[in-house]
Amino acid sequence: MLYDGGKILTGLGVFLAAALLPFWHNAVAGKKPRPEPKLVTSETRCVEPKAVMRASHMALLDRWRDEVVRQGVRTTTTPDGRVWEMSLTNGCLKCHPNKQEFCDACHNYLAVTPYCWQCHVERKEKAS
Amino acid sequence: MRTGRRSFLKVAGFTVLGLAGRPLLRGVAEASSASREPRSGGTRWAMVVDPRKCLKDEGCRACIEACHAAHNVPVMPEARHEVKWIWKEPFDKAFPDQEPEYIDEALTSRPVLVFCNHCDNPPCVRVCPTQATWRRDDGIVMMDWHRCIGCRYCVAGCPYGSRSFNWRDPRPFIPAITEAFPTRTKGVVEKCTFCEERLAQGQPPACVAACREGALVFGNLADPNSEVRALLRSRFAVRRKPALGTHPAVYYLV
Repeated sequence: MLYDGGKILTGLGVFLAAALLPFWHNAVAGKKPRPEPKLVTSETRCVEPKAVMRASHMALLDRWRDEVVRQGVRTTTTPDGRVWEMSLTNGCLKCHPNKQEFCDACHNYLAVTPYCWQCHVERKEKAS
Repeated sequence: MRTGRRSFLKVAGFTVLGLAGRPLLRGVAEASSASREPRSGGTRWAMVVDPRKCLKDEGCRACIEACHAAHNVPVMPEARHEVKWIWKEPFDKAFPDQEPEYIDEALTSRPVLVFCNHCDNPPCVRVCPTQATWRRDDGIVMMDWHRCIGCRYCVAGCPYGSRSFNWRDPRPFIPAITEAFPTRTKGVVEKCTFCEERLAQGQPPACVAACREGALVFGNLADPNSEVRALLRSRFAVRRKPALGTHPAVYYLV
């Protein structure tokens, strides 16, 4: 049959146990609940519907970046006629000053590290 | 009329040569007469510096401090890492080709305020491989820090030393962070942008607003009635290293 079958099968078992460790961990410790970004704004609506923002805010930010920096267009008008400054620190963070609870909560959960914040300044969170 | 093969080939050859040469010639013509004259009705931002007014208080750093505070320019501990947007340069370094013999020592013995010249023919733009820096229609040589890959070609290309490279993460060295303006990151080049973010709001550049002597005049060269044009009409002005053909938009009154 298999030469050194015992060793090979043991090795495979150890490998699988290690490689699937995240799954064992979740099975034992229970899945971490999906974070819910905390809203602290008094505004009722964002520049786009919630579902769009949730799915593709990064594409929107990319578009804003190019329009502001390269075309010098600094404001955007929402379909319902509100005018917004296309800016991360001066726009988004006006309504969402709680970066840690709003941006970082999901980004950390999904293990993505956008490098916006290497340059764009996080507003000093107001002690609430 | 009969055309021999030899003469047919001659004519055909010259025709092809002529057609191929046309775009080449047009390119050369465009390059040499590049749109230096601001289009009337448009905007061509420019600065006029009056060194005599600037030098009234030699220790004054109001414009430098205002600019560097507004734009989160770091104060690096080591000179080789220095980042600067606007600074003072000895006269002979700022104007190495002037040979200012016997003229007023008050002008030549003191430092000159220098910053990005926002050239009409900017060498930094020509060498940038990613178009992270480009010349806007209003003449501002703009930077897209998102796109800069830190190759430093522009630093080498700029004959005025107007560009600084972030050798280290600048954040820890910014005295007081202005939240409204981004900082830069390690590996990015930065320079004066004529405060395009303030111009967009109808405000003059931070250095102009901060100058107590009115030594910095900012305005539109394309408007014949603007203050800068009036100054340039009434007084003689020089630009830095004119022989290089960069056509700076920063003028120094004599």
